[in-house]
Amino acid sequence: MTDNIRHHLTDGLLMAYSAGSLPEAFNLTVAAHLSMCDSCRARLGAFDSVGGALLNGGERAEMSAGSMEAALAAARQRPRPAAAPRPRGTLPAPLIDYIGGNLDAVRWRPVGMGVRQAILPTDGDATARLLHIPAGAAVPDHGHRGTELTLVLQGAFADSTSRFAKGDIEIAGEDLNHTPIAETGDDCICLAATDAPLRFRGWIPRIAQPFLKI
Amino acid sequence: MQTSGKIPVPPNRQSENSRWTACITRIRDSSDEAAFAELFEHFAPRIKGYLMKSGAGATLAEECAQDVMATLWQKAHLFDPSRASAATWIFTIARNRRIDALRKSRRPEPEEVYWGPQESPDQADILAMEEAAVELTRAIAALPAKQKTLIEAAYFNDLSHSEIADQTGLPLGTIKSRIRLALDRLRHAMK
Repeated sequence: MTDNIRHHLTDGLLMAYSAGSLPEAFNLTVAAHLSMCDSCRARLGAFDSVGGALLNGGERAEMSAGSMEAALAAARQRPRPAAAPRPRGTLPAPLIDYIGGNLDAVRWRPVGMGVRQAILPTDGDATARLLHIPAGAAVPDHGHRGTELTLVLQGAFADSTSRFAKGDIEIAGEDLNHTPIAETGDDCICLAATDAPLRFRGWIPRIAQPFLKI
Repeated sequence: MQTSGKIPVPPNRQSENSRWTACITRIRDSSDEAAFAELFEHFAPRIKGYLMKSGAGATLAEECAQDVMATLWQKAHLFDPSRASAATWIFTIARNRRIDALRKSRRPEPEEVYWGPQESPDQADILAMEEAAVELTRAIAALPAKQKTLIEAAYFNDLSHSEIADQTGLPLGTIKSRIRLALDRLRHAMK
Protein backbone atom coordinates (compact mmCIF):
# COMPACT_ATOMS: atom_id res chain seq x y z
CA MET A 1 0.00 0.00 0.00
CA THR A 2 1.44 3.31 -1.14
CA ASP A 3 -0.02 6.60 0.08
CA ASN A 4 1.69 8.97 -2.34
CA ILE A 5 0.16 7.73 -5.58
CA ARG A 6 -0.65 10.63 -7.90
CA HIS A 7 -1.89 8.90 -11.05
CA HIS A 8 -5.07 6.88 -10.54
CA LEU A 9 -7.55 4.77 -12.48
CA THR A 10 -10.36 6.61 -14.27
CA ASP A 11 -13.99 6.21 -13.21
CA GLY A 12 -14.63 4.55 -16.57
CA LEU A 13 -12.01 1.85 -15.98
CA LEU A 14 -13.14 1.28 -12.40
CA MET A 15 -16.76 0.91 -13.45
CA ALA A 16 -15.84 -1.47 -16.26
CA TYR A 17 -13.73 -3.53 -13.82
CA SER A 18 -16.65 -3.58 -11.39
CA ALA A 19 -19.15 -4.54 -14.07
CA GLY A 20 -16.77 -7.22 -15.35
CA SER A 21 -16.41 -6.05 -18.95
CA LEU A 22 -12.63 -5.64 -19.20
CA PRO A 23 -10.28 -8.16 -20.84
CA GLU A 24 -8.09 -10.21 -18.51
CA ALA A 25 -4.85 -8.24 -19.07
CA PHE A 26 -6.63 -5.03 -18.02
CA ASN A 27 -8.26 -6.76 -15.06
CA LEU A 28 -4.79 -7.83 -13.91
CA THR A 29 -3.35 -4.32 -14.20
CA VAL A 30 -6.36 -2.77 -12.45
CA ALA A 31 -6.21 -5.40 -9.67
CA ALA A 32 -2.47 -4.75 -9.21
CA HIS A 33 -3.04 -0.98 -8.89
CA LEU A 34 -5.95 -1.54 -6.47
CA SER A 35 -3.65 -3.66 -4.31
CA MET A 36 -1.37 -0.62 -3.95
CA CYS A 37 -3.98 2.17 -3.82
CA ASP A 38 -6.73 2.37 -1.17
CA SER A 39 -8.14 5.49 -2.77
CA CYS A 40 -9.01 3.58 -5.95
CA ARG A 41 -10.09 0.56 -3.88
CA ALA A 42 -12.68 2.75 -2.16
CA ARG A 43 -13.84 4.19 -5.49
CA LEU A 44 -14.21 0.64 -6.82
CA GLY A 45 -16.26 -0.27 -3.76
CA ALA A 46 -18.73 2.46 -4.68
CA PHE A 47 -19.14 1.02 -8.18
CA ASP A 48 -19.52 -2.47 -6.71
CA SER A 49 -22.32 -1.02 -4.56
CA VAL A 50 -24.14 -0.06 -7.75
CA GLY A 51 -23.90 -3.71 -8.83
CA GLY A 52 -25.13 -4.83 -5.42
CA ALA A 53 -28.14 -2.54 -5.59
CA LEU A 54 -28.96 -3.74 -9.12
CA LEU A 55 -28.67 -7.38 -8.06
CA ASN A 56 -30.85 -6.85 -5.01
CA GLY A 57 -33.46 -4.93 -6.99
CA GLY A 58 -33.30 -7.20 -10.03
CA GLU A 59 -35.68 -9.83 -11.30
CA ARG A 60 -35.90 -13.22 -9.60
CA ALA A 61 -35.61 -16.46 -11.50
CA GLU A 62 -36.97 -19.24 -9.29
CA MET A 63 -34.57 -21.99 -8.28
CA SER A 64 -35.50 -25.67 -8.63
CA ALA A 65 -36.66 -27.72 -5.68
CA GLY A 66 -33.74 -29.09 -3.70
CA SER A 67 -31.26 -26.51 -4.98
CA MET A 68 -30.66 -25.05 -1.54
CA GLU A 69 -29.80 -28.47 -0.10
CA ALA A 70 -27.49 -29.13 -3.05
CA ALA A 71 -25.69 -25.82 -2.52
CA LEU A 72 -25.34 -26.49 1.18
CA ALA A 73 -23.93 -29.96 0.51
CA ALA A 74 -21.42 -28.47 -1.96
CA ALA A 75 -20.50 -25.77 0.56
CA ARG A 76 -19.84 -28.34 3.27
CA GLN A 77 -17.43 -30.17 0.95
CA ARG A 78 -15.29 -27.09 0.56
CA PRO A 79 -12.63 -26.30 3.07
CA ARG A 80 -12.56 -22.75 4.36
CA PRO A 81 -9.44 -21.16 2.88
CA ALA A 82 -6.73 -20.43 5.41
CA ALA A 83 -5.85 -16.78 5.80
CA ALA A 84 -3.51 -15.80 3.01
CA PRO A 85 -0.03 -14.96 4.22
CA ARG A 86 0.96 -11.33 3.91
CA PRO A 87 2.65 -11.01 0.52
CA ARG A 88 6.29 -9.94 0.67
CA GLY A 89 8.49 -8.30 -1.89
CA THR A 90 7.93 -5.79 -4.66
CA LEU A 91 4.93 -7.29 -6.38
CA PRO A 92 1.25 -7.02 -5.48
CA ALA A 93 -0.57 -10.32 -4.85
CA PRO A 94 -2.46 -10.69 -8.16
CA LEU A 95 0.80 -10.39 -10.09
CA ILE A 96 2.51 -12.98 -7.90
CA ASP A 97 -0.22 -15.42 -9.00
CA TYR A 98 0.63 -14.78 -12.65
CA ILE A 99 4.39 -15.04 -12.26
CA GLY A 100 4.42 -17.90 -9.79
CA GLY A 101 6.62 -15.98 -7.36
CA ASN A 102 8.31 -12.65 -6.92
CA LEU A 103 10.57 -10.80 -9.34
CA ASP A 104 13.28 -13.45 -9.24
CA ALA A 105 10.78 -15.88 -10.82
CA VAL A 106 10.31 -13.69 -13.92
CA ARG A 107 11.72 -15.05 -17.18
CA TRP A 108 12.93 -11.91 -18.93
CA ARG A 109 13.57 -11.62 -22.67
CA PRO A 110 15.56 -8.76 -24.23
CA VAL A 111 13.63 -6.35 -26.48
CA GLY A 112 16.55 -4.04 -27.33
CA MET A 113 18.21 -0.92 -25.88
CA GLY A 114 18.75 -2.79 -22.60
CA VAL A 115 15.01 -3.09 -22.02
CA ARG A 116 13.67 -6.54 -21.12
CA GLN A 117 10.14 -7.89 -21.03
CA ALA A 118 8.13 -10.90 -19.91
CA ILE A 119 4.73 -11.54 -21.49
CA LEU A 120 2.20 -12.84 -18.96
CA PRO A 121 -0.36 -15.55 -19.77
CA THR A 122 -3.77 -13.93 -20.27
CA ASP A 123 -6.63 -14.53 -22.69
CA GLY A 124 -6.31 -13.20 -26.21
CA ASP A 125 -8.33 -9.99 -25.97
CA ALA A 126 -5.41 -7.96 -24.60
CA THR A 127 -1.78 -8.46 -23.71
CA ALA A 128 -0.02 -7.98 -20.36
CA ARG A 129 3.75 -7.73 -20.02
CA LEU A 130 6.31 -6.83 -17.42
CA LEU A 131 8.90 -4.31 -18.57
CA HIS A 132 12.33 -3.90 -17.03
CA ILE A 133 13.92 -0.59 -17.99
CA PRO A 134 17.48 -0.02 -16.70
CA ALA A 135 17.90 3.18 -14.66
CA GLY A 136 18.46 6.09 -17.03
CA ALA A 137 17.43 4.12 -20.13
CA ALA A 138 14.63 5.03 -22.53
CA VAL A 139 11.89 2.93 -24.09
CA PRO A 140 11.91 3.75 -27.84
CA ASP A 141 9.32 6.31 -28.93
CA HIS A 142 6.06 4.56 -29.65
CA GLY A 143 2.41 5.12 -30.38
CA HIS A 144 -0.53 2.95 -29.43
CA ARG A 145 -3.01 0.99 -31.47
CA GLY A 146 -5.54 1.00 -28.67
CA THR A 147 -5.27 1.77 -24.96
CA GLU A 148 -2.15 1.15 -22.91
CA LEU A 149 -2.15 0.98 -19.11
CA THR A 150 1.26 1.19 -17.47
CA LEU A 151 1.62 0.56 -13.74
CA VAL A 152 4.93 1.30 -12.03
CA LEU A 153 6.03 -1.49 -9.65
CA GLN A 154 9.56 -0.29 -8.90
CA GLY A 155 11.56 2.85 -9.67
CA ALA A 156 10.02 5.64 -11.74
CA PHE A 157 9.79 6.91 -15.31
CA ALA A 158 8.86 10.15 -17.00
CA ASP A 159 7.49 10.97 -20.42
CA SER A 160 6.20 14.14 -22.05
CA THR A 161 3.00 14.04 -19.98
CA SER A 162 4.24 13.52 -16.41
CA ARG A 163 6.39 11.59 -13.94
CA PHE A 164 5.20 8.15 -12.81
CA ALA A 165 6.50 6.53 -9.61
CA LYS A 166 5.67 3.33 -7.72
CA GLY A 167 1.92 2.68 -7.73
CA ASP A 168 1.17 5.31 -10.38
CA ILE A 169 -0.73 4.20 -13.48
CA GLU A 170 -0.45 5.89 -16.87
CA ILE A 171 -3.43 5.60 -19.23
CA ALA A 172 -2.35 6.21 -22.82
CA GLY A 173 -4.64 6.33 -25.83
CA GLU A 174 -4.15 6.08 -29.57
CA ASP A 175 -3.19 9.71 -29.90
CA LEU A 176 -0.22 9.55 -27.52
CA ASN A 177 3.28 9.04 -28.85
CA HIS A 178 5.76 8.93 -26.02
CA THR A 179 9.30 8.05 -25.00
CA PRO A 180 9.26 6.86 -21.38
CA ILE A 181 12.65 7.35 -19.70
CA ALA A 182 13.52 5.53 -16.47
CA GLU A 183 14.89 7.72 -13.69
CA THR A 184 18.39 7.21 -12.42
CA GLY A 185 18.52 5.20 -9.21
CA ASP A 186 16.51 1.95 -9.21
CA ASP A 187 15.81 0.15 -12.46
CA CYS A 188 12.20 0.74 -13.43
CA ILE A 189 9.83 -2.24 -13.51
CA CYS A 190 6.34 -1.77 -14.94
CA LEU A 191 3.28 -3.84 -15.75
CA ALA A 192 1.85 -2.80 -19.11
CA ALA A 193 -1.44 -3.90 -20.69
CA THR A 194 -2.46 -3.18 -24.27
CA ASP A 195 -5.67 -4.04 -26.02
CA ALA A 196 -7.54 -3.99 -29.24
CA PRO A 197 -10.87 -5.59 -28.36
CA LEU A 198 -13.99 -4.25 -30.03
CA ARG A 199 -15.67 -3.82 -26.69
CA PHE A 200 -13.35 -0.98 -25.96
CA ARG A 201 -13.74 1.07 -29.05
CA GLY A 202 -15.42 4.36 -28.64
CA TRP A 203 -15.37 4.83 -24.96
CA ILE A 204 -11.90 4.15 -23.62
CA PRO A 205 -10.32 6.79 -25.87
CA ARG A 206 -12.93 9.18 -24.59
CA ILE A 207 -12.11 8.34 -21.02
CA ALA A 208 -8.41 8.79 -21.69
CA GLN A 209 -8.89 12.23 -23.20
CA PRO A 210 -9.09 14.34 -20.05
CA PHE A 211 -5.94 12.65 -18.85
CA LEU A 212 -4.10 13.31 -22.08
CA LYS A 213 -4.95 16.98 -21.97
CA ILE A 214 -2.80 17.36 -18.85
CA MET B 1 -18.92 -5.91 19.03
CA GLN B 2 -15.20 -5.46 19.52
CA THR B 3 -15.03 -8.19 22.12
CA SER B 4 -17.46 -10.82 20.88
CA GLY B 5 -17.01 -10.31 17.13
CA LYS B 6 -20.68 -11.27 16.77
CA ILE B 7 -23.47 -9.24 15.31
CA PRO B 8 -26.79 -9.83 17.08
CA VAL B 9 -29.84 -10.66 15.01
CA PRO B 10 -31.74 -7.39 14.72
CA PRO B 11 -35.46 -7.01 15.37
CA ASN B 12 -37.71 -6.97 12.30
CA ARG B 13 -38.03 -3.23 12.06
CA GLN B 14 -34.33 -2.89 11.34
CA SER B 15 -33.20 -2.90 7.79
CA GLU B 16 -33.24 -5.96 5.61
CA ASN B 17 -29.59 -5.20 5.03
CA SER B 18 -28.55 -5.78 8.64
CA ARG B 19 -30.49 -9.04 8.62
CA TRP B 20 -28.37 -10.34 5.73
CA THR B 21 -25.23 -9.12 7.48
CA ALA B 22 -26.26 -11.01 10.62
CA CYS B 23 -26.91 -14.14 8.55
CA ILE B 24 -23.42 -14.05 7.02
CA THR B 25 -21.92 -13.54 10.48
CA ARG B 26 -23.85 -16.56 11.79
CA ILE B 27 -22.49 -18.65 8.93
CA ARG B 28 -18.98 -17.43 9.70
CA ASP B 29 -19.20 -18.01 13.45
CA SER B 30 -21.31 -21.14 13.73
CA SER B 31 -21.89 -22.64 10.25
CA ASP B 32 -25.55 -21.76 10.73
CA GLU B 33 -27.66 -23.62 8.15
CA ALA B 34 -30.84 -21.69 8.91
CA ALA B 35 -28.99 -18.44 8.17
CA PHE B 36 -27.78 -19.97 4.90
CA ALA B 37 -31.32 -20.98 3.96
CA GLU B 38 -32.57 -17.45 4.62
CA LEU B 39 -29.86 -15.92 2.42
CA PHE B 40 -30.38 -18.55 -0.25
CA GLU B 41 -34.09 -17.90 -0.45
CA HIS B 42 -33.55 -14.19 -1.00
CA PHE B 43 -30.40 -14.09 -3.10
CA ALA B 44 -30.18 -17.31 -5.16
CA PRO B 45 -33.17 -16.44 -7.42
CA ARG B 46 -31.76 -12.93 -7.88
CA ILE B 47 -28.32 -14.29 -8.80
CA LYS B 48 -29.99 -16.66 -11.24
CA GLY B 49 -31.97 -13.76 -12.70
CA TYR B 50 -28.80 -11.65 -13.03
CA LEU B 51 -26.96 -14.46 -14.82
CA MET B 52 -29.86 -15.12 -17.16
CA LYS B 53 -30.05 -11.43 -18.01
CA SER B 54 -26.35 -11.66 -18.79
CA GLY B 55 -27.04 -14.39 -21.33
CA ALA B 56 -26.79 -17.66 -19.39
CA GLY B 57 -29.34 -20.42 -19.99
CA ALA B 58 -31.52 -21.43 -17.05
CA THR B 59 -29.50 -24.56 -16.24
CA LEU B 60 -26.11 -22.82 -16.24
CA ALA B 61 -27.54 -19.86 -14.32
CA GLU B 62 -28.94 -22.17 -11.65
CA GLU B 63 -25.67 -24.10 -11.33
CA CYS B 64 -23.73 -20.86 -11.01
CA ALA B 65 -26.17 -19.43 -8.46
CA GLN B 66 -25.68 -22.54 -6.31
CA ASP B 67 -21.95 -22.19 -6.67
CA VAL B 68 -22.06 -18.51 -5.68
CA MET B 69 -24.02 -19.39 -2.54
CA ALA B 70 -21.56 -22.18 -1.70
CA THR B 71 -18.73 -19.67 -2.10
CA LEU B 72 -20.54 -17.33 0.29
CA TRP B 73 -20.54 -20.10 2.89
CA GLN B 74 -16.87 -20.81 2.33
CA LYS B 75 -15.70 -17.19 2.35
CA ALA B 76 -17.99 -15.77 5.03
CA HIS B 77 -14.94 -14.73 7.07
CA LEU B 78 -13.86 -12.37 4.26
CA PHE B 79 -17.06 -10.29 4.34
CA ASP B 80 -16.52 -6.85 5.86
CA PRO B 81 -19.84 -5.04 6.46
CA SER B 82 -18.01 -1.77 7.08
CA ARG B 83 -16.93 -1.77 3.42
CA ALA B 84 -19.85 -3.38 1.58
CA SER B 85 -23.47 -4.32 2.04
CA ALA B 86 -24.29 -8.03 1.92
CA ALA B 87 -25.90 -7.53 -1.50
CA THR B 88 -22.76 -5.84 -2.80
CA TRP B 89 -20.48 -8.58 -1.53
CA ILE B 90 -22.71 -11.26 -3.03
CA PHE B 91 -22.79 -9.30 -6.29
CA THR B 92 -18.96 -9.39 -6.46
CA ILE B 93 -18.95 -13.19 -6.05
CA ALA B 94 -21.68 -13.58 -8.70
CA ARG B 95 -19.91 -11.18 -11.07
CA ASN B 96 -16.68 -13.18 -10.83
CA ARG B 97 -18.58 -16.41 -11.47
CA ARG B 98 -20.23 -14.83 -14.51
CA ILE B 99 -16.87 -13.85 -16.03
CA ASP B 100 -15.53 -17.32 -15.39
CA ALA B 101 -18.57 -19.17 -16.75
CA LEU B 102 -19.89 -16.91 -19.51
CA ARG B 103 -16.81 -15.11 -20.77
CA LYS B 104 -14.38 -17.96 -20.04
CA SER B 105 -11.96 -15.41 -18.70
CA ARG B 106 -10.17 -14.79 -15.44
CA ARG B 107 -10.66 -11.76 -13.29
CA PRO B 108 -7.68 -11.17 -11.04
CA GLU B 109 -8.71 -9.71 -7.69
CA PRO B 110 -6.82 -7.14 -5.64
CA GLU B 111 -4.84 -8.35 -2.66
CA GLU B 112 -7.37 -9.35 0.00
CA VAL B 113 -7.56 -7.24 3.13
CA TYR B 114 -9.82 -8.45 5.89
CA TRP B 115 -10.26 -8.54 9.64
CA GLY B 116 -8.62 -11.35 11.55
CA PRO B 117 -10.49 -13.57 14.01
CA GLN B 118 -9.62 -11.32 16.96
CA GLU B 119 -10.83 -8.00 15.62
CA SER B 120 -13.85 -6.67 13.81
CA PRO B 121 -15.07 -3.37 12.37
CA ASP B 122 -16.88 -0.77 14.51
CA GLN B 123 -20.64 -1.17 14.70
CA ALA B 124 -20.97 2.54 13.86
CA ASP B 125 -19.04 2.02 10.62
CA ILE B 126 -21.26 -0.93 9.70
CA LEU B 127 -24.42 1.12 10.28
CA ALA B 128 -23.01 4.05 8.29
CA MET B 129 -22.23 1.76 5.37
CA GLU B 130 -25.74 0.29 5.51
CA GLU B 131 -27.25 3.77 5.45
CA ALA B 132 -25.11 4.74 2.46
CA ALA B 133 -26.13 1.55 0.63
CA VAL B 134 -29.82 2.23 1.29
CA GLU B 135 -29.38 5.78 0.02
CA LEU B 136 -27.78 4.49 -3.18
CA THR B 137 -30.55 1.91 -3.68
CA ARG B 138 -33.12 4.69 -3.38
CA ALA B 139 -31.21 6.85 -5.86
CA ILE B 140 -31.03 4.03 -8.40
CA ALA B 141 -34.74 3.34 -8.01
CA ALA B 142 -35.40 7.05 -8.65
CA LEU B 143 -33.35 7.18 -11.86
CA PRO B 144 -35.11 7.89 -15.15
CA ALA B 145 -35.78 4.61 -16.97
CA LYS B 146 -33.30 5.39 -19.75
CA GLN B 147 -30.42 5.92 -17.33
CA LYS B 148 -31.29 2.82 -15.36
CA THR B 149 -31.30 0.80 -18.57
CA LEU B 150 -27.83 2.09 -19.45
CA ILE B 151 -26.44 1.14 -16.06
CA GLU B 152 -28.02 -2.30 -16.23
CA ALA B 153 -26.53 -2.75 -19.70
CA ALA B 154 -23.06 -2.12 -18.28
CA TYR B 155 -23.47 -4.44 -15.30
CA PHE B 156 -25.49 -7.23 -16.90
CA ASN B 157 -24.51 -7.28 -20.57
CA ASP B 158 -20.94 -6.05 -20.90
CA LEU B 159 -22.27 -3.14 -22.92
CA SER B 160 -20.34 0.04 -22.49
CA HIS B 161 -21.77 3.48 -23.04
CA SER B 162 -19.80 6.63 -22.52
CA GLU B 163 -22.76 8.16 -20.71
CA ILE B 164 -22.44 5.64 -17.91
CA ALA B 165 -18.98 6.78 -16.93
CA ASP B 166 -20.43 10.23 -16.34
CA GLN B 167 -21.88 8.72 -13.17
CA THR B 168 -25.50 9.69 -13.69
CA GLY B 169 -25.48 11.75 -10.52
CA LEU B 170 -25.61 8.73 -8.21
CA PRO B 171 -24.55 9.48 -4.63
CA LEU B 172 -21.31 7.52 -4.73
CA GLY B 173 -19.27 10.06 -2.77
CA THR B 174 -20.59 9.00 0.63
CA ILE B 175 -19.90 5.34 -0.04
CA LYS B 176 -16.38 6.11 -1.29
CA SER B 177 -15.50 8.06 1.80
CA ARG B 178 -17.08 5.44 4.12
CA ILE B 179 -15.04 2.68 2.47
CA ARG B 180 -11.88 4.77 2.58
CA LEU B 181 -12.37 5.36 6.29
CA ALA B 182 -13.07 1.67 6.90
CA LEU B 183 -9.94 0.72 4.97
CA ASP B 184 -7.85 3.14 7.02
CA ARG B 185 -9.14 1.55 10.22
CA LEU B 186 -8.47 -1.92 8.87
CA ARG B 187 -4.94 -1.01 7.75
CA HIS B 188 -4.31 0.44 11.20
CA ALA B 189 -5.57 -2.75 12.89
CA MET B 190 -3.42 -4.92 10.61
CA LYS B 191 -0.18 -3.17 11.64
